[in-house]
Amino acid sequence: MTLPSPAELLPKMAADLQRSLQQRGIENPCFIGIHSGGVWVAQALLKQLGRNDALGTLDVSFYRDDFSQNGLHPLVRPSALPFSIEDQHLVLIDDVLMSGRTIRAALNELFDYGRPASVTLVCMLDLNAHELPIRPDIVGATLSLADGERIKLLGPTPLSFELKTLVTN
Amino acid sequence: MTPTTSKRPLQLNDQGQLRHFLSIDGLPRELLTEILDTADSFLEVGARAVKKVPLLRGKTVCNVFFENSTRTRTTFELAAQRLSADVITLNVSTSSASKGESLLDTLRNLEAMAADMFVVRHGDSGAAHFIAEHVCPEVAVINGGDGRHAHPTQGMLDMLTIRRHKGDFSQLSVAIVGDILHSRVARSNMLALKALGCPDIRVIAPKTLLPVCVEQYGVRVFTDLAEGLKDVDVVIMLRLQKERMAGGLLPSEGEFYRLYGLTQQRLQLARPDAIVMHPGPINRGVEIESAVADGAQSVILNQVTYGIAIRMAVMSMAMSGQNAQRLLNLEAGEQN
Repeated sequence: MTLPSPAELLPKMAADLQRSLQQRGIENPCFIGIHSGGVWVAQALLKQLGRNDALGTLDVSFYRDDFSQNGLHPLVRPSALPFSIEDQHLVLIDDVLMSGRTIRAALNELFDYGRPASVTLVCMLDLNAHELPIRPDIVGATLSLADGERIKLLGPTPLSFELKTLVTN
Repeated sequence: MTPTTSKRPLQLNDQGQLRHFLSIDGLPRELLTEILDTADSFLEVGARAVKKVPLLRGKTVCNVFFENSTRTRTTFELAAQRLSADVITLNVSTSSASKGESLLDTLRNLEAMAADMFVVRHGDSGAAHFIAEHVCPEVAVINGGDGRHAHPTQGMLDMLTIRRHKGDFSQLSVAIVGDILHSRVARSNMLALKALGCPDIRVIAPKTLLPVCVEQYGVRVFTDLAEGLKDVDVVIMLRLQKERMAGGLLPSEGEFYRLYGLTQQRLQLARPDAIVMHPGPINRGVEIESAVADGAQSVILNQVTYGIAIRMAVMSMAMSGQNAQRLLNLEAGEQN
């Protein structure tokens, strides 16, 4: 399978996002990336848009729904939102959308900070494997993986995708 | 480490993750650093409008205090509540134990309430360890202080305080001052500082308040306060544990203060940016001057805030380690 190149996806994502925000009359949204890949994509996207906004970062480890199966992530980083999200339009950014569970956790976490005016979801890749009613508003590319395949974003510079096949016994 | 290693430390699971937190003794630096890192993230949660995360939703945490405590008990309660657990606190010193119920009987009764975690404080050294050995599998035990032995969450919150104010441990001089003999906090702190790579750990106390062979902790011993405080980055004062003194160890409190009390004047012997810590409750005018306890270099109240974050970290990591062990046991069962 040929994997898309993040550098080629970014310009279209930036243009789509700009258009979408304009259509809804959103002028100054706040940008939030989800650790780690989502933060890298957010940084690249801000650069592409020519913006110097302070970027919020979320680590959703404390909000995941698989704590009793997978436990706590060993490298939890503090979330940091350098702005108030109350009544604010937000752009939430992640690298890969698969089941939608990370985004569910991120939305839960965001609402513990306040009540945003809106959340626009940007994902670089959508893997067509949704388990929850969560869809990206802006997407770089959509592709489907075979069973046992996983995709990972490597970064922060340069960004590239890596395909892995899970070893099963 | 193989999963069947019989000598695996009680507080770790087969993957080397925390499943109980009983003592800092024997825990590797990486694990202590992981506790500090996780606590840093929980500190950020404590600064939000909603200070609660859903990690331990549906779990029941039982605080069993066989010994009085205010700070430790309330911060453990708050930590469990901020992790969304259900919390019950039992002051056993005022309940069944005084009616003659044994420790194991109390424990069995609490297990029957389907608790997932016990936080235990007890006047006898080794009590938490004893409970961890006898508790049902999958129940985590956290030591909230046992006798003179250990107070590991206090040790770790002290380490978090030092790391947040001073950064790296590898360049620091830390002095622990006062009643070392009766202090489980001192033992936990000496072990943690050593494990985290602090090169200069000093204990300062009169000979009667020093444990035998204290040098085995890798510390330098001073009986003269002025000499010991010279150029230190951190001063950890200990409470003079009057209730544990059988008598004869000290001429008087006044004498102790005159020789070992931390006054503003004496603090000037330490580095100008030195921080002053104390596990509380403080005895003003016995081990520390009010002007120091309330002064600019004091981080005593920060310690309380950091204590909540450390307890959240340890509770969630131990529960996580218990979950992982349960899954490992299930897998092992399926393979057999």
